[in-house]
Amino acid sequence: MQANEAFTDVIVVGAGPVGLFAVFQLGLAKLKTHLVDILDRPGGQCAELYPEKPIYDIPSVPVCTGQELTDRLLEQITPFEPVFHFGEMAASLDKTADGKWRLTTDTGKILIAPVIVIAAGGGSFVPKRPPIPGIEAYEGSGVFYAVRKIDQFRGKRIVIAGGGDSVLDWTINLAPVAQSLTLVHRRAEFRAAPDTVGKMRALEAKGLIKFEIGQPSTLRGSDGKLEAVVVKRPDGTTIDLDADALLPFFGLTMKLGPIANFGLNLNENLIPVDTEKFETSTPSIFAIGDINTYPGKLKLILSGFHEAALMAQAAHRYVHPDKTLRFQYTTSSSELQRLLKVA
Amino acid sequence: MFLTVHMPDGSTHRLEALEGWRVMEVIRDWGLGIKAECGGACACATCHVWVGEDWVGKLVPPSSEELEMLDGAFNVDERSRLCCQIIMSKELDGLEVELAPESLADTPAARLVVGG
Repeated sequence: MQANEAFTDVIVVGAGPVGLFAVFQLGLAKLKTHLVDILDRPGGQCAELYPEKPIYDIPSVPVCTGQELTDRLLEQITPFEPVFHFGEMAASLDKTADGKWRLTTDTGKILIAPVIVIAAGGGSFVPKRPPIPGIEAYEGSGVFYAVRKIDQFRGKRIVIAGGGDSVLDWTINLAPVAQSLTLVHRRAEFRAAPDTVGKMRALEAKGLIKFEIGQPSTLRGSDGKLEAVVVKRPDGTTIDLDADALLPFFGLTMKLGPIANFGLNLNENLIPVDTEKFETSTPSIFAIGDINTYPGKLKLILSGFHEAALMAQAAHRYVHPDKTLRFQYTTSSSELQRLLKVA
Repeated sequence: MFLTVHMPDGSTHRLEALEGWRVMEVIRDWGLGIKAECGGACACATCHVWVGEDWVGKLVPPSSEELEMLDGAFNVDERSRLCCQIIMSKELDGLEVELAPESLADTPAARLVVGG
């Protein structure tokens, strides 16, 4: 076994509410789970899009926020000791010599299991790409959607665009190393902590950074080498900013991503499944939650929970073909209560 | 009442709308490809539209929350709105909106067979 390799019963792609509840249902069937998620924390859309928004349609919970739902699910699955792989995208899937699934992440981590459960919601969260003609040609050389190493930007002429917390955080952190730094935002107000805005304004007042109201509209350069960012102002005039690097921070959006290459039948970016086991066109690969489709499908967290329960029954047959899974209730089964560590 | 939607591909659609429905829901319900990732929670900016010039002043002005979320959209101007925040009413019968290209749902991926 290699150092970056791990074996488990079930690999769940996506750690949103449905992926988390799958751990619970699989756990009751005594199946061990590893989860992979591109975000750096559990909760999926509930954590990324609406952590503070109220959810009203969870049975017996009249109201809770996306974050509360995530926290409660994490508490509920703790006894089953799931292993999380955060900040990693499920990149490719193939079979081992002994017929198991080998999932490789974009960082090269390898997970091996007899069963795959895709609970990827709307797909992977990826940075929004501004609709600037030809921007793709500069990505990785002059356009960056994340800062991995500050040193990479030392001595560079930087343009940062956007209006959220990460924009201001990177403006403050990169200003000391940049040759020049211009912050570009469509309006004078920022969606950020007042303290952070204050720090940015102080840098601007000292002349250490510039602030332009507008939106990047054109890139100038050649052979992938960025030379200038043209910014369109609200009055329609433009300004050329000499630049080696543009950092657009406009938040995240969902793309199906590499799952499209897993060899599964797809229907309009959704994965068709049966409604008995929620299995895909490929045996032992299941799809639950918003990413699947079947006649009458409703994209509700509630539906995903139900799908997880039925999936777990079928997953057990793949992991332990020689064993029968006896259906039991957590209210009465001392065996399940021991698994839940309450008895 | 009706809603007119101009899609990024240049097509125009006149959709019957029900009072009290969000413009995003009307567009989605008629099967036009709108992204609307967060499902109408004013949390994602992927239902960005430009409303017709004549309609800007007739709409309930955007909340500060909507203005903040619009920071995550592109080519934002004074006609920009998140259409999950526009609720159809008699006064808005005939409303005209243009869907921003970034708010268009992804084109469906074809089946690709690898591995296995």
